[in-house]
Formats: sequence, C-alpha cells, structure tokens
Amino acid sequence: MSALDVGSAFLESTVRTATPLALAALGECVSERAGVINIGLEGAIIAGALGGTVAAGILGVGGGFVVGALAGMAIAALFAWFTVGMRADQIITGTAVTLFALGLTGTLYRSVFGDAGVALTTPTAGDIAIPGLSHIPLIGQAFFAQPVMTYVAMLMALLLGWWMRHTHAGLALRAVGEYPEAAVAAGIAPRRVQALAVLFAGAMAGLAGATLVLAQAGTFVEGMSAGRGFIAIAIVVLGRWQPLGVAAAALLFGAANSLQTLFQAMGWVGVPYQLFLALPYVLTLLVLAGASGRAAAPAALGRRD
Amino acid sequence: MKGARTQAADALVSSPSTDPIRRVLSAVGQVGVLLAVGLLLLTVLLAATGHAVGPALAALVRGAFGSWYAITSATIVRMVPLGFAGLAVAIAFRAGVLNVGAEGQLLMGAAIATALALPLHDTSPWLAIPIMIAGGAVAGSLWAMIAGVLRLRFGVLEVISTIMLNFVALNLVGWLVRGPLQEPQRINPQSLSLPPSLQLPVLMEGTRLHAGVPLLVVTAAALGWWLFNTASGFRVRSVGANSRAAHSAGEIAVGSTLLLTFALSGLLAGMGGAVEYLGVTYALYENFSPGYGYTAIAVALLARLHPVGVLGTALLFGALEAGANAMQRDAGVPNVVVTVVEAVLILLVVALDRWRARSAAATGSAGSST
Repeated sequence: MSALDVGSAFLESTVRTATPLALAALGECVSERAGVINIGLEGAIIAGALGGTVAAGILGVGGGFVVGALAGMAIAALFAWFTVGMRADQIITGTAVTLFALGLTGTLYRSVFGDAGVALTTPTAGDIAIPGLSHIPLIGQAFFAQPVMTYVAMLMALLLGWWMRHTHAGLALRAVGEYPEAAVAAGIAPRRVQALAVLFAGAMAGLAGATLVLAQAGTFVEGMSAGRGFIAIAIVVLGRWQPLGVAAAALLFGAANSLQTLFQAMGWVGVPYQLFLALPYVLTLLVLAGASGRAAAPAALGRRD
Repeated sequence: MKGARTQAADALVSSPSTDPIRRVLSAVGQVGVLLAVGLLLLTVLLAATGHAVGPALAALVRGAFGSWYAITSATIVRMVPLGFAGLAVAIAFRAGVLNVGAEGQLLMGAAIATALALPLHDTSPWLAIPIMIAGGAVAGSLWAMIAGVLRLRFGVLEVISTIMLNFVALNLVGWLVRGPLQEPQRINPQSLSLPPSLQLPVLMEGTRLHAGVPLLVVTAAALGWWLFNTASGFRVRSVGANSRAAHSAGEIAVGSTLLLTFALSGLLAGMGGAVEYLGVTYALYENFSPGYGYTAIAVALLARLHPVGVLGTALLFGALEAGANAMQRDAGVPNVVVTVVEAVLILLVVALDRWRARSAAATGSAGSST
C-alpha cells in the first residue's frame, strides 16, 4: 500500500469510529448545556443498538435507526423521570440506568436469540458517496463516502451550533444550564427544558447505538457500547460544550481508536493490541486533566435544586 | 460540577435516630420490602421473556440456599468480593467521592497479587499470603488515587475517571494474561495456577468457604468502628455531608480527607481482588470479575453506606448472583437478568430517599426554603 492509501484508510476508519461517538456526544452536549450530566448515556446507546438490531430485521435499515433512537429515548425518559422529575442525584441515577439497560438488553437478547447469542446479522447501511467531494485525494473517501449517519452527525454539529447561538430555544437551553433562576424570571420552565434536552440526548445516543450495529458491526453483541457513553461525556468536555468542538473532539477519539488499524497496516503486529484498546480511555483521562480550566462548563451542571 | 459530587452522599446515609434497635429493624424492614419488589420485578421479567417462572425461581432459590454446599460455596463465597467492593463504594460515597471504579481497583489488586505469587512460590504461606493481600490492597489504593489526584489537582469528575480506569485495568489484565503473567505453556490466556500451599485456607472440609470470609467480617467491623469513633472517620463523614461547611469550619482539610478516602476505598477493593484470587480463582484471567465492582454500588446503597450493613447486603447479592447462575444453568434464564433487578433496587433506594427528603422538608421546615 502506498502512504496515501494507508493515510486514506486510517482517516476513513477514524471517521467511521468517530460517528457514533459524535452522535452521542452532541446529544450529551445539549443535555449538559441544560445542566444535566447523563451518565446513563451508555445505557441509551446499548438500548439503541438492540432496538436498531431487532427493528432492522423487520423494517429495514431506516426503521432500525428510528427504533434505535426511540429505544435510547425510552432509557433517557427513565433517567429524566428521576433526575428532572424527582431531582434525584444525576450520577447515581445515571449509573443505575446504565446497569439497567445493559442488563435488560442482555436478558432480552439472550432470551430471544438463544443462550450463546446466536450470531445475528442485520442489513447494514451502505456508503453514500457525495459526487465530486468523495474524489478528493486522502480525505474524500474518509469524509464523503460514508454511511448516512456520518452526514447526520456532521449536519447536527453545524445545526446545533447555530441553534444554540441564534434561536430563542437555544438561548433558553443555555439559560437553564447557566442560571436557572434567571431563566425562571424570563418565563422559561427549566424542568421542561431539561427533560426535553435529556430526551434529545437519549435519542442521539440511541442513534449512536443503532449506528454501531447498522453501519459498522452488522450484528448485536452484548455490552457492545463498550464505554462509548462515558467517552462521549469526555468528548463533550474536550469540545468545550460547543457542538463543532465536540465533533472535532470525536474525530480525535476516532483517530486514537484507529491507530490500531494503522499500525497493523504498517506491519507493527508485535505491539500488544490490548494496549491500543486502552488508549482511548487513557486519552480521555489526559484530556480531562488537560481541560481542567472549567470556565467553559455550564455553571449549573449537576445541580439539583 | 462540584454540586454533582457533594450532593451525592446526602440523604443516602442512614438517618440518625435515637433508638438503635428500632433503627436496625427499620433498615432490615426496608431491605425486605425492596427485596420483595425486586423479586416481583424478576417474576415479571421472566414471564415477559417467555421463561417458566416457577422452575426459574426454584432454581434461583436452590442455587442460593438449596443445600449446605450452595450456601457455603456459592452464596457466601460470592459475598466476599462483593463485600470488599461494597465497603470500598460505601466509604467513598460517605465522603461524597463517587468511586465507580471498584471494578478496576479490584482487578489491579488481583493482578498484583498474581504477580507477587511467582517470586513467593517457595516461601512460607504465613509470609506470602499477607504480602500478596497487602500488595493487592496497595495496588487498588494507588489505582484509585490516580482518580483522586485527577480530581483534586485537575478537577476531573471521578465518576468519569474511575470508569475510564476500569477499562484501562481490564485491558491491562487482558495483556498481562497473554504476556508477562501468562502460564508457562502459553496456551490459555491466564496466569499460572496458585500452588495449594499459598491458597487461602479452606475453613470447612468439602466446601469452598475460605479464610477471606472472616477477613471480610473483621474488615467491615473495623471500618464501621473507625468511621463512627475516630476523628478521621468523622472528617470523612463531614466532608460527605457538606464539604463547604467542613472547609469553612476550618478544622477539616477537605483535600487530604478526600485523598484519604480515595486511597482507603481503592485499598478495600484491591484487597477484595487479592482475596478472590487467593481464595477462589487461584489464577488471573480476563473475565476475573463478573462486574463485582458495579454490583458493589447496589450493595453499598442498599446498605445505606453502613459498613456492617454492607455485610448483609453483600450476602443478599451473593445469594442473588449464585441463584442467577443456577437459573442460567438449570432453567436457561440469562444470568444478566439480576443486573436489571440490581439497577431497579438502586433506583428504588434513590426514589425512596427523594420522597423522604421531600416529606421531611414539607413537615419539618415549612418556612425555610431549600
């Protein structure tokens, strides 16, 4: 392979692995801007993955994405009921919700598809090449010949950035996350805003889970969310709570994950792969430590009353 | 983000009441009610997923309490890692430290105990076993203190850092058992089996009941005594109750108390990992822990973060998991179904506390706002 081919393959794999991370992190970004940190994101992703798997077999890939988003939203609704409705602790609730979803998806999957988890293949979303753009050397295939959800993530990043800054609803969202008392004074209902933000984040995480299955693996595996929900939360921090920053941060994590593929292509097979699998998690820690200036965080993040 | 941390522990700890007997009874009663709800939920889940409820529940009970062997060698044996990890979570949550990393700390404890076993093969167990347990405890402690330093020095939420460290530890173990710690034949991804002379002594002939059980009980009792009868225990509790007030009181160094909590929490989890290796598995492998560190959160919360209560709830969850495995084996029910029950139990405890806090606020301080 030429260096250009290796680079192109590396970038393509980067964008591919970044897509679900970006989707989940963009949702989480919205929820955190409303002051809610959702550790249950991981649960919404795995629910979306199973929902997408089951629905895709019946309704096709498009239906799989829709049902995946709805499944993520259902898990988020549970989280919102506790954290927004009852003002329960966000962290403990999120942890419980993640356990709940991991357990429930495992139970349902094994009950329906057998104890060993019969390999179940789903239809997958094909790559869509954007005419012209996909022929750009090096980056063309990576950014413009991807499954549909990659474009959804890109559009969402642009759209949410504009929406937060230039619409009344976006302003309301930020007001709730920064200074709920002022939001109330301005006639905004913080709880409704927070609930909607959490549900949106759940739908995005569900989409992320469905993407894992329908655009990548082609099958469901128990626990396949593999910590992506937690990584997404780190990505939001790295992206400084700005949608475009979040998308860029997701790419960085995609790149870390794809180093493994790159190294294999370079013939460095002696490097233990477990250490590469650990890399994104180590990177998250370093990023969080590096982003310690917390001025960019919504002031009321995690607050309960 | 500070709010998320300091609010975590309040209301979850057992509320002070005058009569200790009534307090214990009410706590046991609550656990009983929660357990009944959990079993009801399990029944619904079993029915909904098309399993025969009767045989499944019978297998659950049989696997947990059906025989002397089931009680001693399945239920109580599982109570040990759950108990150590549960103590780790309880002590951390007490101080408002949301350590979700007991899983990783337990794995690091097991890994270091395994690494220490090789050079200690030919030494006396009286020397080797304490060294391996202490080594595991220190490893868990250091692993947790990474998260502690990240929080205190860089303001990183420990919820996220400890989860990340769990994944790092898991991959590290995966590498160790295929690399430096792999058994000499290099066939299976696991460590060399621990020689019988270095295994924790079995307490009762014909069972798997090992010396880790009394060690857990003594540890829980000592921890309970320390928490409620010493100055440093008081500091841990005060920081959890309200770190700002503790800080402005001037007497409590919040930072060092928090670091102590991280260290102690990791120490307990690491000890659990070492004990599990020395008493049950005798080898390190990739799926060494079936999520003990996560179940420990439910164990600690259900015990109201009380060290002695953790013994009871760890036994309960030990029974639940032993039963779940029997249910999978005998009735074809996926054992992960108990994870759902555990999650719902956590949510119920959270909801109960919110409800109680709200009714207390409504009756107690009608005038003052929150």
